[in-house]
Order: sequence, then C-alpha cells, then structure tokens
Amino acid sequence: MAAMTHVLDADALSGAPSPTPSGDGPPAPFRDVVASDSAFRAFLHGLPGVDQVGAQARTAVLGTRSIKTTAKAWAIDTAISMVDLTTLEGSDTPGKVRSLAAKARRPDPEDPTCPPVAAVCVYGDLAGVASEALAGTGIHTAAVATAFPSGRASREVKLADVRDAVGNGADEIDMVIDRGAFLAGRYLDVYEEIVAVKQACGTAHLKVILETGELVTLDNARRASWLAMLAGGDFIKTSTGKVSPAATLPVCLVMLEAVRDFRATTGVQIGVKPAGGIRTTKDAVKHLVLINETVGADWLSPEWFRFGASSLLNDLLLQRQKLRTGHYSGPDHVSID
Amino acid sequence: MSTDRLEVRKTYKLYLGGKFPRSESGRTYPVTDARGRFVANAAWASRKDARDAVVAARAAVAGWSGATAYNRGQVLYRVAEVMEGRAAQFADEVAAGEGLSAARARASVDAAIDRWVWYAGWTDKLSAVLGGTNPVAGPYFDFSIPEPSGVVAVLAPQRSSLLGLVSVLAPVLATGNTAVVVTSHDRPLPAVTLGEVLATSDVPGGVANLLTGDAAEIGPWLAEHADVDGIDLTGAPTRLAMELERSAAGTLKRVLRGTAEEPDWSADPGLSRMTPFLETKTVWHPIGL
Repeated sequence: MAAMTHVLDADALSGAPSPTPSGDGPPAPFRDVVASDSAFRAFLHGLPGVDQVGAQARTAVLGTRSIKTTAKAWAIDTAISMVDLTTLEGSDTPGKVRSLAAKARRPDPEDPTCPPVAAVCVYGDLAGVASEALAGTGIHTAAVATAFPSGRASREVKLADVRDAVGNGADEIDMVIDRGAFLAGRYLDVYEEIVAVKQACGTAHLKVILETGELVTLDNARRASWLAMLAGGDFIKTSTGKVSPAATLPVCLVMLEAVRDFRATTGVQIGVKPAGGIRTTKDAVKHLVLINETVGADWLSPEWFRFGASSLLNDLLLQRQKLRTGHYSGPDHVSID
Repeated sequence: MSTDRLEVRKTYKLYLGGKFPRSESGRTYPVTDARGRFVANAAWASRKDARDAVVAARAAVAGWSGATAYNRGQVLYRVAEVMEGRAAQFADEVAAGEGLSAARARASVDAAIDRWVWYAGWTDKLSAVLGGTNPVAGPYFDFSIPEPSGVVAVLAPQRSSLLGLVSVLAPVLATGNTAVVVTSHDRPLPAVTLGEVLATSDVPGGVANLLTGDAAEIGPWLAEHADVDGIDLTGAPTRLAMELERSAAGTLKRVLRGTAEEPDWSADPGLSRMTPFLETKTVWHPIGL
C-alpha cells in the first residue's frame, strides 16, 4: 500500500507540486480529473482497491500495542488537545454550550497542567454563544452546517446554512457530503457542492464529513476521501456521529493513507478527524498509534488530527487522574456535560 | 455408566457484570482441599478485573437501588430457591474446602440458605425500622429514609467459604447496594458456584461481582478507588485492614472493620451488617398550607 502513489499517476512526482491548492480547481497534478463527470468517475474508480481484510488485520495488530507510563501520559495529553468537544442535540441550550466552553478551556479544573481541547463543535445557531465564550482562548469554534446530519436540502439552503454559521463566529465548518449523489455515482455534483461550500466558508476551515457508515465499503471511503481533498476540504472527517457504524479503525486507516498519498503527490497536507464511537482512552490511543504508523508524526497535532467526541474527554480525564494520583478515579470526579 | 467416559472438567471463572470471564491477566491459581490435595484451578483476579467490576457495579446501582424494596426481596428470595436446588454441590465444596463432615457441611449450607432468606425478608422492612418521621418544632413533616451508599467492596471471610460469604454479601445487596466481592483465597469454590446461582436467579448483571483472588493484592486498589463508596474489611488480616482503612479515608469511604478472629457466622447478625452501608436522607415538607 506504500507504493500507492505510483499507481495513481506515474508522473505525479515529476511535476512541481504546488504547495497550496489554488482557488479554482484541484491542485496539480490532478487539475484535469474534474474536467467531466466521466473523467472524474474514471479517476475515482481507478484508485487502487482497498484490501478490507488487510486493513482490518493491520489495525487489529496496531491495536495491540501496549502504551504505558510516560508514553501513556503523553498520549492522553495529546488526545485531550485533539478533542473537538461536541454537543449536537436538539436539546442544546446556550447554557449548555457555555458550560461546555468552560470545560473546553479547563477540562480538569483541579489540575492546571491539563491542556485545553482543540475546539467546541455545535450547531450553527449556537456558534455565536460558543465563540463568545471561547474568545481569546485559542480554542476554535466549529459548527456543523449543510443540513447536518442528513444533508438532504437544496444547495441554496446548505450554503445559507454555512454563511449563517460563519457569520455567527464559527471558524471551522463541518459539512456533510451528499451521500445520495455519491452513491448514485454523481461524483461531480458532490465535488461542486464542496467547492461551493468552501467558497462560502471564506477563511473558515472546512471539514468534510464523508459519513463512511453510509458509504458501506472501504473503496467508497477512499474515493470520497480523494473527492473531498480534491475539492479543497481542509480536513476529512469520518462521520456525523448520528449513524452507526461511525469511526472505525479500518476507515481511519484508509483515510490516513489517502491524506498521506495526497500530500506525496500534491504537497498539500490535509487533516483527518474520526468522529463518533470513540469513547475510551484506549480507542484514542489506538488512533494515535495508527497515525504514527501510517502517516508519521507530522499528523500528531491538533492542527492535523482531531477527535470528534463528547464522552471521550471524560474518560481521558479519568485516566489522567489515575496516572496523577495512582488510584482509580470515578465519574463523580469529572463534570457531566 | 461405563468407566471409560471422559470426565467433563470445569473451568472456574470470575463472575463479573453478569458474565463469567477469565481474569484479564490470564492468571489462575491451584485450589486445594483442606488436606492439601489439588481440587481445581481458579481464576486469579487482577486489579484490572477489580476496576472492570467496579464499572459494572456502578452501572448496576441505578437499577438495583431504584427497584422497589419488595422487588429486591423477591429477587433475593429467588436466589435462596436456586441455592436450595444446588445445596448438594455447595455441601460437597464446603466439605472439601473446610474439611467438614458431610453432615456438618450440609448444616452449614442450610444455614447459609436460611441466612439469605432472612436478609431477603429485610428489604422492605428496613426503612420502617431505620427511618421514620422526626418530631420537629415547626410546621413541617420531617422524614428520614435510609438509602444505599452505592458500590460496596467486600473482602469476604477467608475461613467460612459459604456461610461467611453469604453473611457479608446478602446484607449489602438487601440494602440496595451493589457489591464487588473478593472471595476467600484458599476456599473460592462455593463463591464460584454462588456466582452461577446469582446469574440464574434474576439478579441483574453487575449487582454482585465475585472475584476469586488475593485480598492483599486487590484490596488496596478497591480501598483507594474513588468510585467505591464503602468497603467491608472482614476478610483482610488485621495489619492489612488497618492500611486499607487508612487509604479508604482518602475518598471518605464507609468502612466496616473486621475482627481479629473470624466471628461465629451461625450467630444472629441482627442489623449490624445492614446499617454500615446506608445513608440517611432527611426530607422537610411544609404542612398546614
């Protein structure tokens, strides 16, 4: 799988890669793949197939790594700093978002050495509350948009949703792709929608949610990853968290390979965000091991890797308290969010 | 029956969260009878098994303490019924482990079953005996109600493997707490069988968790654990019990001290083992309005 870049395009590394994607169209050497619907389909279906059994075996082996003592302490702090602390419920209130923001700033109020999380992720209408509560902290405000989580709305509505969230103060937008169009094979529609959303985002970071649970196969996850990266997404994200299965290690492996190969051919680095279903410290550490072994330490920072999670943070804090105090902690010792 | 039948040998496991897992550590230890002859290999629980047991017990607190006292009594009585059905197996294990004659072992098992029935009867009477209305100088109804502490760690007696175990476990369950029990180290087999009884008698998974292993190894982790609300030190030797009581103070646990010598388990326990792991909730309610 390491040799995949050569399969993609024999001339990929000979041309001078542009360091950033230009405003119009995908970066070199992939400028032509979106010229037509058939060309794009030919490109996406020409991506090497994923060995599903191989991906499962690889992640299973990496999952057995034993991470202890100082390495575990580092992993926990790194994972905390990568968390996108998320609340995406119909019952969300401004008060709940404010208390979540307080938790984002000081995840463990008893311990000032505990790092803050990367971002708070809310629905677009609450982005204003979140960005106000997080002002001056360096913690990002992420908002889901484009008719999250189903994405079933017209493009005008989705773009208005994005502009509204950005206007409310969100500096990161989590969009969902049109899975219906993707599964029907209308790849160019999906692509154009992401390009339009990226434009509507302005300076805000764009995370593209593939919802791999609905894409069914790992081949589709690889195709959707490339589609999203070509369209100018800054991050590719596994799931909305509303569909099961959500983030699994094999899906994450496929996406990490995609961002690795994309950087190798274009020079552009894309972030990865697994979301949904990551609840324990052990799961988080498995993901960190997977990053290190697949794409290397370049992605081991909140700038390039995030966990979309709500309950994960409490488990990380409990493990952190266990390391600090030497005895097991309990759910009474972290806040309920 | 033909003598060339292959013996079906039993794998002794933990009872944790309603399931029968092996120890996370993969360890086992040999169990011998009273004369030192090998009987079985029991699972040797580790601190991580204790950690998992506390998680399971905590998850079970809401359902068990929230069940009506009448319902808890029915479930516990059911346990006694199923124990009665397996009395012969219990008697064999008690006789081998404690070196008793068959008749005395059977008597001990009968006493254990009777003890369980006795505690089952207490579930819906406790609040009347320990709670009530308080006379106050003001226009209020004032009630005090006993409520379970939550998760209780129990270091079971080392010598009395069934009657002693029942005498420390049943009061914890009857009062609505959930339990993580470290069984007798040298005589764990009646506890393993009791786990099978609990699993087949409507007791929700996680309400009682039985870990076969070493109290000196697991006890300190339970005593320090921030999510354990009380600890019964009956099975810990005096010196260890002192250390455990000290570390339990760090998280303000309720502690039930053991005695230097194991008590006579056949004696009437009264309320002594039900009151230690209860909290008293007092409610003031305005009247005359």
